[in-house]
Amino acid sequence: MVDMSTTLAGATLPNPVMTASGCAANGKELHRFFPVSDLGAFVTKTVMRDPRSGRPTPRMAETSSGMLNSIGLQGPGIDAFCEQDLPWLAAQGARVLVSVAGNTAEEFGEVVQRLVASPAWPCVVGVEANISCPNVANRGLVFACDPVSSERVVQIVRTRVPEGVPVFAKLTPDVTDIVAIADAVLRAGADGLTMINTLLGIVIDTDLLRPQLAGVTGGLSGPAVRPVAVRAVWQVTAAMRAGTIPTAPVIGVGGVRTGADALELVAAGASAVQVGTATFNDPSAPRRVLTELEEHLARHGFTRFADAVGVAHERMAAL
Amino acid sequence: MSGSGVVQVAGEVVANRRVGAYHHLTIVAPGVAELARPGQFVALAVGGPTSANLLRRCFSLHKVKASGTYGGTLDVVVAAHGPGTQWLTGLSTHDAVDVVAPLGRPFPLPAEPVPCVLVGGGYGSAPLFWLAEALRERGCHVEMVLGAASEDRLFGVVEARRSADGVTVTTDDGSAGRRGWVSDVLGEVVDRTGAGVVYACGPMGMLRSVTEVAQAHGAVAQVAVEESMACGIGVCMTCVMPVRGTDGTTRMVRSCVEGPVFRGDLVRWDAIGGGITRVPEDAVGAPRPGGH
Ligand SMILES: Cc1cc2nc3c(=O)[nH]c(=O)nc-3n(C[C@H](O)[C@H](O)[C@H](O)COP(=O)(O)OP(=O)(O)OC[C@H]3O[C@@H](n4cnc5c(N)ncnc54)[C@H](O)[C@@H]3O)c2cc1C
Ligand SMILES: Cc1cc2nc3c(=O)[nH]c(=O)nc-3n(C[C@H](O)[C@H](O)[C@H](O)COP(=O)(O)O)c2cc1C
Ligand code: FES
Repeated sequence: MVDMSTTLAGATLPNPVMTASGCAANGKELHRFFPVSDLGAFVTKTVMRDPRSGRPTPRMAETSSGMLNSIGLQGPGIDAFCEQDLPWLAAQGARVLVSVAGNTAEEFGEVVQRLVASPAWPCVVGVEANISCPNVANRGLVFACDPVSSERVVQIVRTRVPEGVPVFAKLTPDVTDIVAIADAVLRAGADGLTMINTLLGIVIDTDLLRPQLAGVTGGLSGPAVRPVAVRAVWQVTAAMRAGTIPTAPVIGVGGVRTGADALELVAAGASAVQVGTATFNDPSAPRRVLTELEEHLARHGFTRFADAVGVAHERMAAL
Repeated sequence: MSGSGVVQVAGEVVANRRVGAYHHLTIVAPGVAELARPGQFVALAVGGPTSANLLRRCFSLHKVKASGTYGGTLDVVVAAHGPGTQWLTGLSTHDAVDVVAPLGRPFPLPAEPVPCVLVGGGYGSAPLFWLAEALRERGCHVEMVLGAASEDRLFGVVEARRSADGVTVTTDDGSAGRRGWVSDVLGEVVDRTGAGVVYACGPMGMLRSVTEVAQAHGAVAQVAVEESMACGIGVCMTCVMPVRGTDGTTRMVRSCVEGPVFRGDLVRWDAIGGGITRVPEDAVGAPRPGGH
């Protein structure tokens, strides 16, 4: 038996496996395959202030060991989320990490304000600020590509979320130096990081000789991006261990399909792991990854999950 | 989990036979038949547990059997197209395939025994024979109209003669039945039978014409759509279509959960065309000028 519990900036979870935002809707659909309360936390689809229709279709293209998506943050808006989705998750006993976004930094704040006022708020174990979305006030440039915009969002979100509930900033790997962005958001008050969001890509339909997605570009996800996620977690963890940026828990996400995949992120420094695209292949994937991760830890002789976090940094081959 | 209306099971192929341009697969999948209704579909994983093709492939349930020599089975009719359908049509007896079913909303059945016309385009006829039986059990007069590009792309003409009270066949090239499209003959069939409901499954263009013809001849169209799906279970939001609700408002709804069967006159065909489905300007949450 391995003690699978993990503590993320004060929030203690029974295990480190979560869904990934936008890959599990808001729980009801996956609950038909396993109880959502089995997971360490359930991460909700990014919610914005107003209802959004999302982009035209086709919104997806399959790629080798992955996919492109351009959903466009379709959703019902924060009020409907607080009235319907959050109470349902609370009733299932789920621990919820709510993913929020805004078209502007101020809008992030409005979303959080309404979220905190929800009667179902006690089931929330953390807020994940999806800063990998376009900033309308800055010519649509993604917040997480600009340290100043990222800081501003994190400051606003942190002031609106009650003390004791951690705020995670979700970063995009589409930047020159992810450590610099991590440093900026941690100094602005983020309690932890989620890495990575999707990578921008294009697929051309070779019959029509035009982009396959109606929205032209989309985000790449799935096992194809796993080495990029492991690298991002590794670099940021290495900087924390070297003392060059503040130390904080990292949630690893990107390409996890099996327990061994999850272990890669953990060994690189992740204190929790999210399962996204793999859920489309296997609706039971998040639950299965938890079982498999525990088996791998036991095989390595770990008695506590926490002892495996970042272990690969200590086992580098001498050059 | 039990009581959830859907099961995920490790399926086993027990038969794979060629039927014209298609492959008819029978898969052992205990628990599906007890839950399934005509119009629902199955989402199959392709390529095995380490496959590089992660997304599920969706197929109409052709028929289901609760028990038999092998335990419960389901049947699908597959047209080999890209890598996933090529893998499926290449499976042999005893090969494994992961099954998630039944999914989506079934064809709604009329409360009264009204005459019905069932229209299938290509493999789109696959779910209609089972539907025909259910309708006839309720005392409905059932006619079928089957159409395809050519004779080898028609599915189930012989079975149709058993399942329905009348069958009309069309092909684009005239290789079987009448030359032309199903929509060319549908009006006559609706008028002659006095049909109240037209059920249809097939390509989007056909569903749109079927809806128009049904409306013009005083019948309600119930159409099973085929949008590109990544998960089939409602978690990815890739399969959305603009559909009007009973309140008259258009929303981008998931065709895997709220469909695949929609009332034809509620689908916003005006937004669909050229391989793209646009978001109508009046849809809930549609992008506004100067931002979303
Ligand atoms: C509700 C429903 C019922 C269907 N019933 C049948 C049937 O009875 N028989 C049959 O042969 N086909 C059916 N289809 C279409 C079938 O799902 C696609 O042809 C198949 O997924 C294509 O896979 P591929 O590997 O050949 O192509 P690829 O192009 O490699 O597929 C890539 C991805 O796109 C998706 N995709 C591509 N084309 C379609 C499409 N037309 N519809 C939905 N998803 C698509 C696939 O699911 C996959 O995720 C149905 C589709 C839906 C949505
Ligand atoms: C269809 C789809 C929708 C997504 N929607 C969101 C979203 O709303 N918010 C978000 O922060 N990330 C979103 N993501 C990104 C995932 O949460 C995750 O960061 C990324 O896909 C990498 O993980 P994976 O390889 O396990 O999928 C989405 C990904 C996919 C495939
Ligand atoms: S196919 Fe994933 S939501 Fe419909």
